[in-house]
Amino acid sequence: MPAPKSPFRMFEPITGLAKGLWVTLSSMFEKPVTTQYPEQKKPVKPRFRGRHVLKRYENGLEKCIGCALCAAACPADAIFVEASENTDERRFSPGERYASTYEINMLRCIYCGFCEDACPTEAIVLGDQYELSFTDRREAIYPKEMLIEPVPAGGQPTPQKTEPGKFTRSVPEMKDPSD
Amino acid sequence: MAKMVSLTIDGRSVSVPEGTLIVNAAKQIGIDIPVFCYHPKMEPVGMCRQCLVEVGRPAIDRATGQPVIEDGRPKIQFGAKLETACTVPVSEGMVVLSQSEKSRAAQKEILEFLLTSHPLDCPVCDKGGECPLQNLTIAYGPSESRFLYDEKHHAEKHVPLGDKIWLDRERCIQCGRCIRFQEQVAGEPVLAFYQRGRNTDIITRSDPPFDSIFSGNTTDICPVGALTTADFRFGARPWEMKAAASICPLCPVGCNITFNTRREAKSGGKVVIKRAMPRQNEQVNEIWMCDRGRFNWHFVENENRLAKPMVRKDGKPVEVSWKVAIEEAGNQVKGNQVVVLASGRLSNEDLFNLKQFADGVGGEALLYDSLPGGELTTHFGLVAGSNLGDLGAGSAILVAAADLYHFAPIWHLRVKQATERGGNLIIVNPEATRLDKYAKTLVHCQKGEAAKKVEEVGAAVKDAENLIVFFGNDGSPELAEACANLVKSRAGKVNNGLVGVWPRANDQGAWELGFKPAGDLAKALKGKTVYVAGCDPAGDDPQLAEALKSARSVIVQDILLTETAQLANVVLPAQAFTERDGSYTSGERRVQRFYPAVPAFGESKADYAITAFIAAELGLEVEGRSALLVMDMIAASVPAFAGISYGKLAEVTEQWPIIGRSDLYYGGTSYQNSQGLGVHLSGLKKA
Repeated sequence: MPAPKSPFRMFEPITGLAKGLWVTLSSMFEKPVTTQYPEQKKPVKPRFRGRHVLKRYENGLEKCIGCALCAAACPADAIFVEASENTDERRFSPGERYASTYEINMLRCIYCGFCEDACPTEAIVLGDQYELSFTDRREAIYPKEMLIEPVPAGGQPTPQKTEPGKFTRSVPEMKDPSD
Repeated sequence: MAKMVSLTIDGRSVSVPEGTLIVNAAKQIGIDIPVFCYHPKMEPVGMCRQCLVEVGRPAIDRATGQPVIEDGRPKIQFGAKLETACTVPVSEGMVVLSQSEKSRAAQKEILEFLLTSHPLDCPVCDKGGECPLQNLTIAYGPSESRFLYDEKHHAEKHVPLGDKIWLDRERCIQCGRCIRFQEQVAGEPVLAFYQRGRNTDIITRSDPPFDSIFSGNTTDICPVGALTTADFRFGARPWEMKAAASICPLCPVGCNITFNTRREAKSGGKVVIKRAMPRQNEQVNEIWMCDRGRFNWHFVENENRLAKPMVRKDGKPVEVSWKVAIEEAGNQVKGNQVVVLASGRLSNEDLFNLKQFADGVGGEALLYDSLPGGELTTHFGLVAGSNLGDLGAGSAILVAAADLYHFAPIWHLRVKQATERGGNLIIVNPEATRLDKYAKTLVHCQKGEAAKKVEEVGAAVKDAENLIVFFGNDGSPELAEACANLVKSRAGKVNNGLVGVWPRANDQGAWELGFKPAGDLAKALKGKTVYVAGCDPAGDDPQLAEALKSARSVIVQDILLTETAQLANVVLPAQAFTERDGSYTSGERRVQRFYPAVPAFGESKADYAITAFIAAELGLEVEGRSALLVMDMIAASVPAFAGISYGKLAEVTEQWPIIGRSDLYYGGTSYQNSQGLGVHLSGLKKA
């Protein structure tokens, strides 16, 4: 059964309009939430998962040892790793093995962070970078040169010539992660 | 037949032959008892203690000698201590508890001890992902260690144990499998323990170090990443690779192998072979393969691989399309005398088509560089049911002028095992071989005299229940005949016959399919159109290079730009065995099938297909659509191949020991055979 018709129903469009305009009017005096991106950028949260970075030790050696556990953990099959052998003459990372090829397909990546979890040396870290754009699918494949962070101050670029017997361990002793 | 014994393992009853070890009895009903040092192909030693289980036996009444019955059931008495399942044979009424609290606790503790000195560098270890220590730790081990991290044992990580094998001293858990393999299976005790306690090391005692052609197998059975191959080092993680079944093409044994492949950036995005692994076939190579097969497949990625057909124009080879090359090949053949020269490197299908082609154009089909008198193996070779593994007491094996160790290493292994089972080995050889120490009778002779000596020792083997004669080449044509005379009366009898130690994998197949060597090859080539497939006569012999220059024209079909190909008028690029289907006939007359592992190189085509194209150009009908159809043609027209089809070749039956991915800890990383054990040729040609 239809509801009885109200005698004031002729005013309904006006009250409705007034209510709506009131929302508009009141929001005009609020602090704006819009950021003027890309001129203004908001800082990301500490646990934000952006584009990956391959870390280095302080002396410049790469943390990545080419174990491909990130590739194994990746649910999107976005990571491709090939390993080669370090020598003291040409050392990229501590221990015997380093990643001679390291590629991430940023179009495939779902930024889940499983690669970070899988990494035994904390070499791969999802960083703050989120501005990824490509004009070609091939560009979306980031090779090692694009992923690896710059050599820190006081460090040497890789490959390094190192003392024999100094960097024999691939996996460092690590503390439990605090974050 | 051995007496059967019934026992109960984890509540399930099983009947096994007397003398079976508990661990094997459990395996037969699918119960895994963890082991490290035990291996089903070797004697148990019980040194890793990983297989500790509770074992109970029926209590026996001393007065009556009968089992004590309690509540209607025999009373089971458990020992005060656990026992190692790998050393204790089963007994009637035994009760084994492998999963009881006590057993699990012991297994867990052993793993905790093993891990005190293990570096846990699984991320960089080539074994990581197919490692028994890793798997058993997850299944049985503790999640945390109570030992101090700082007291971890440190040792050298990168020790060359020979030029093919690397040793990581830290990862070694001193199970001794490698040492025992070399002693018991390979018969070359070149490895040993050195020092004691925590400092125990594996060392090699030979010079050159690790001097054994079977060294690669130790990496398969090493239950940790202590032994790894230099060839594969850091090649890929095991889970990243695909597996393709194949047959090793390097000697007439025909080892079943598996190629692991991966698409690689290093190789320009191509799918490439990363390593060769043995595949179980208890009647051929068991679970082993030799280093030659394991490391020498790299020729398929040689930089001289032919990618496109070539035709000689104005004295220079020019790349052309297939159509042009086939037309040119047809022109060379048309109306001329043709010689087809092929080697045992080609598959049965290729050789059959080449023979069809030769017959079609009225030419000769010549076999390149085989053994003199080789056709005798088609009359007196081995027949279905034969297995070197069945030879033992009462059987005799004669090896005449052949170095099995270097030219058919797995036969060396199998013959050695036969002597250990009581077989009588007689060696007649101008040179010393590594098999000599197992021979009951050893006859050294001058080159060319082997035939005479074989006749002399023949009387000694006349009464043997089974007799297999391996013959090689001592330069005399009579040797094969002399060897054949010994087995003539036994033709068609299982485990009796003549086996050629051929220079190539499929020489036996070539003989069966009607190829024969020329008396004087250089003369046979003169003035003819020579169709060379799968061999390089010009590269092997300068005289043959001259002979080829005097030929009317030369068509070469090969995978590499060989010296012969450089002389050719037409060069046709063939696919390597890793890129196509096919089958080889082993020296034991077993036809075995190989499968494609990687995509074809360039524009190359399979040999059988190329031959069919040229035949079609000449209006002949030769099957070239697929290897499967060619095999059907062979089965229909060659009596020895009757009944063989690709379906038959792919059949498998259950094999013992159980090898495979989930049983890594038990038998090692050999591959399970699910792609075919092969079929023996059915009949022998009438003499």
